[in-house]
Amino acid sequence: MSLDKIFGLYTVVFLGVTVLIGIGEVAFGLPNRWIGWIFMALSLLIYVVIGVITRTSNADQYYVVGRGVPAFYNGMATGSDWMSAASFISMGGALSAQGFAGLAYVMGWTGGYLLLAVFLGPYLRQFGAYTIPDFLAARYGGNAARIVGVVGAIACSFTYLIAQVTGVGLIVSRFIGLDFNVGVFVGLLGVLFCSVLGGMRSVTWTQVAQYIILIISYLVPVVYLSFQLFTIPIPELTYGRLLQTNNVKAIEITRDPKEKETRALWKKDADEISAKIKAGGLSEAEVDKLKAQAALASRQAIAPAASDDAKISRYLTVPTGFGMWNFLALTFCLMVGTAGLPHILTRYYTTPSVRQARTSVAWSLFFIFLLYFTAPAYAAFARFTIYAKLVGTKIAELPRWITLWQPAGLFEVVDKNGDGIVQWADFVIKSTDFVVLAMPEIAGLPFVITGLVMAGGLAAALSTADGLLLTIANAISHDLYYNVIDPTASLAKRLTITKVLLVVTALIAAWVATFRLSLIVELVAWAFSLAGASFFPALVMGIWWKRANKAGAVVGMIVGLGVTTYYMIGSRFYGVTWFQTQTIASAIFGLPAGFLTIWIVSLLTAAPSKAVQDLVVSVRYPKSGQATALEAQGIQLGKH
Amino acid sequence: MADLSEAQKQAYWRYNIWLTTILLVIWFVVTYLISGLWAGSLNAYSFIGFPLGYYMAAQGSLAIFVVEIAVYAYLMNKKDDEYGIREEG
Repeated sequence: MSLDKIFGLYTVVFLGVTVLIGIGEVAFGLPNRWIGWIFMALSLLIYVVIGVITRTSNADQYYVVGRGVPAFYNGMATGSDWMSAASFISMGGALSAQGFAGLAYVMGWTGGYLLLAVFLGPYLRQFGAYTIPDFLAARYGGNAARIVGVVGAIACSFTYLIAQVTGVGLIVSRFIGLDFNVGVFVGLLGVLFCSVLGGMRSVTWTQVAQYIILIISYLVPVVYLSFQLFTIPIPELTYGRLLQTNNVKAIEITRDPKEKETRALWKKDADEISAKIKAGGLSEAEVDKLKAQAALASRQAIAPAASDDAKISRYLTVPTGFGMWNFLALTFCLMVGTAGLPHILTRYYTTPSVRQARTSVAWSLFFIFLLYFTAPAYAAFARFTIYAKLVGTKIAELPRWITLWQPAGLFEVVDKNGDGIVQWADFVIKSTDFVVLAMPEIAGLPFVITGLVMAGGLAAALSTADGLLLTIANAISHDLYYNVIDPTASLAKRLTITKVLLVVTALIAAWVATFRLSLIVELVAWAFSLAGASFFPALVMGIWWKRANKAGAVVGMIVGLGVTTYYMIGSRFYGVTWFQTQTIASAIFGLPAGFLTIWIVSLLTAAPSKAVQDLVVSVRYPKSGQATALEAQGIQLGKH
Repeated sequence: MADLSEAQKQAYWRYNIWLTTILLVIWFVVTYLISGLWAGSLNAYSFIGFPLGYYMAAQGSLAIFVVEIAVYAYLMNKKDDEYGIREEG
C-alpha cells in the first residue's frame, strides 16, 4: 500500500472512531471520563503500533530513515516535531492576553523557516551527515567543534524536553484525572516505544500520524464556532469583524461606571496587600504568596483601554519605543532559534534529495502555518465570548462552559462588587490555556470534541518530545561515544547505547518535570535564544563562507553562547539591562557576537584545507541524492 | 557535476544568490517594517474587516512566508532541471 493510502485510511478511520464515540456520547450517555480514557488509550495505541511496525536496527534507517522520506511527509513530520504543547495549548491564550505584542511568536515561529529554507536546509542535505554535530565535525575538522555542538544540542533540547513532558502530565491530569506524576510516566511510555524501537524511522511515521490528529483537533472547534456566528466556516476570515466588535466593547467597558467600581475594588486589594508586605515581619513563603495575590489584583484593576477617551483598546495597540524594540528583537530571536534547533534541522537529512529537501521546507511551513494562522482567531473568539456573552450576565445564570471549566482552576468568576452581575474585571484568568481547552464547550460542541482536543494536545507534546529525545540520545551515543570516545564500537553496540540513553534521558526529564518548576515556560524561550546564538552562526558561516575555519567556529559558538547566557542570567536575576531588552530576546546580542567572532578569528588563523574548501563549494551544486558530498570527498562519517 | 563548465556553475550560483537576496529583502520588509515599525500607522486602514497592521502581523506575513518558500523551492528545482541536474535515481 502506498503512503498516501495508508495515511488516508488512517485519517478516515480516526474520524470514524471519533464520530462513533460522539454517537456513544449523545445517544447512550457515554460518561466524559470514559471518553477521555478512550482517546488517550487509542492515540497511545496508534503510536505504539507504528513504533513496532517500523522497528529497525539498520544505521541508515535508524538515524536518517534511509534518506527516503518524501517531501510531503517530511513536512508533516516536521510540523508535529515543531509544534509543541506550548503552540497547541498555550499560544491561542497567550495571544488573547497579550494582543498585538504576542504576534511576535506567530511571526517568529513561522518566519524562521524562510531562513532555514534559503540558508541551511538544502545545503545540510547535500552535505549529508547524521547529526548536526556531525556536520560541524566534518566541516570544521576535529572533535572540538563536535563537542561544542553536542553541548549546545543537549542544552537547548533538554530544556525544551522538560517543558513537553510537563505538558503531557498536565493534559493527562486535566482530562482523565490521573495524578500529574503518573500522567508524565504514562505518556513517556508512549514516547519510548516509538523512539527506542526504530529511532528516526519510527519517530518520523509516528509524527505524521500525530500531525493529522493535532491539526484536525485544533481546527474543528474554532471552524465550528465561526460557522455558528457567521455561517462562514473559515475563522481566519471572520475574526476580523470580531476584532472590531471587541474593540468597541473594550472601550465601553473602560468607561462603564460598574466596571470602574469593580476595578477600584481590585486596586484597593492590591494596595492593601502591598502595605501588608511593606509592614514586614512575614516569612519568605508568606511574602511570595502575598506578592502573587497583589500581582493578580493589580492585573484585574487594568482597564482594557488606556483611557476613557481612547479609540483603540490595548489589544490592538501597537507598542512603541522600547516596546517596539523588544517586539522586533523577540521576533528575530525566535526566527533564528527556529532555524538553529537541532531536532528540526536533522529532519532535512531524511529526504531523498536536495530538491526534496527544498520542497520539504515549504511543506513544513505550510503544515505549521495551518495552525499558527488560526491561533489569533482562537484569541479573538475567546475575547468575544467573554465580552459579548459573559460580561453583563447574572452570576446565577453563568454560561455552561464556565460552570464546567471553573473547577479546573484555569479561571474564576468572582462578583467583586456584589451586584450579582458579571463585570469584565470579575473574570479572573489564572491560566490562559483555557482559551484552547474550553473552546469546544464555548462553541457548544459535545464532550467528544473536548476529548479530541486532548488527543491533539497529547500528540503535540509527545511528537516534539520524540524528536528532542532522539536528538539528545544521538548527540551522546553517536557524537560523543562513537566518534570521540570509542570509534571502534560496533553498530550493534552503538544502537544499544542509544536505546539505553533514550530511556535514561526520558526518565531524567520526567523526574525533573515532577518538580513543577515555575521557570519552565521561560526555559523554552531561552532554548530559542541559545540555539539561535550558538548553532545559527556556525552553520550559516560553515555553508556560505569557505574561509570559516575550526578556530573561528569553536570560539564563535562559545562566544555566542556565552554572551547570550550572560545576558539571560544577568537580566533575569541580577538586573543587568542593555537597551531595556527582555530576557527572552538575549540572542539579539549573542548572535551578532557569534558571527563577528567567527569572522575575525577565522581571518586571524590559517585557512581550512583545500579539500574542505572544495567541499564547501561543491555543496552549492546539488548532486546525486544517494552519494552525498561528504562521501564524494571521501570524508568518513563512520558509517558501515 | 563534472558536466557543468565553470561559467555555468557561476551562473547557477549567481541565480541562487539573486533569488535568496530578493526573498530575504521581502522577508525583512514584511516582518520588521510592515508588521513591526509601520504596523501602528497601518492600523488606520482596514482590510476585510481587520485593522491592516494587525492583519499583516497575524495573517499576512505568515501567508507571505509560505509563498516565499514555495517560490524558492519551485524556482530552484526548475533551475536544477535547466542545468540538467537530475539527482533522483
